[in-house]
Amino acid sequence: MSSVATPDSSAELPVADEHAHEHPGEKTYLKIAVILAVLTALEVATYPAEDALGSAVIPILLVLMVIKFWYVAAFFMHLKFDSRMFSWVFIAGIVTGAACYLAVLATFEFFG
Amino acid sequence: MAETTTAAAVGYDPATHVGGHPTSTGISNNKMAMWVFLGSECMLFGGLISTYLLYKDRVPEGGISPRDVFDIPFTSASSFVLLMSSLTMVLALAAIQKADHRRFRLWILTTALLGSTFIAGQIYEFTAFYREGLGFTTNIFGSAFYTLTGFHGVHVTIGIIMLLSLLVLSIRGRLSEERSEAVEIVGLYWHFVDIVWILIFTIIYLIP
Repeated sequence: MSSVATPDSSAELPVADEHAHEHPGEKTYLKIAVILAVLTALEVATYPAEDALGSAVIPILLVLMVIKFWYVAAFFMHLKFDSRMFSWVFIAGIVTGAACYLAVLATFEFFG
Repeated sequence: MAETTTAAAVGYDPATHVGGHPTSTGISNNKMAMWVFLGSECMLFGGLISTYLLYKDRVPEGGISPRDVFDIPFTSASSFVLLMSSLTMVLALAAIQKADHRRFRLWILTTALLGSTFIAGQIYEFTAFYREGLGFTTNIFGSAFYTLTGFHGVHVTIGIIMLLSLLVLSIRGRLSEERSEAVEIVGLYWHFVDIVWILIFTIIYLIP
């Protein structure tokens, strides 16, 4: 059981052909685009209704933002259909980016 | 084989993959490289957004603040244009995977035009803000705002150059359906700049 790829063993290795993945069809892409457009309209609608919504406006906007983010990443970037390794690499970047924000925030809070 | 075990651990099914170059994980090295790059870009934009959030309220008394200059209806239209460019990008990918080169060129050109419209809107917005008195060095809010949105604009511009390169390759007959992974990789980059704008639009423009 060797883990080293040699010319002789390469034929046994799993091979990459991303087209073999079952990516969504054009109809699904159009449905996602309509959902994204509706979510954007809802986001913009919070702007004139800011006073009426009060403190609820921030969580509403954050939830809408996360849903839009997920739809684009999952369907347009195919994370829902491709190898989970891509998702982990992307999530690692997002978590490190968020950690960067928290670290800078903490620095400003204590030393700013 | 250890390689097959590794592939199974990441949810990859080698049985569905035929053709292409063998790799130790069973997934495309080029695609993985783009995802690693996008992961590092998350950290770049995480840093820029953090800087903006920390500095946006540090405006001197009587100085120009975000709410004085932002034109939400205009930026909403720009955001919608960039969002729809993600749709035309996936339609371009679907077209080339079906070897429909005419539709691929149509959609990839549409994506580039939508991206250019977004950049034109950003240039207009920057010009309007400058005329209202908000320059790069006017206050710390201005510096953080222009740095963040400017970096994003540069990313969109690089994306447009890549889209037009794909269009030229296709017209010259050097982009066959077998090489559609190149389109998918450029598409990942394009969707990423769209995702970053989804965050910027909400966090910078809409959240009070």
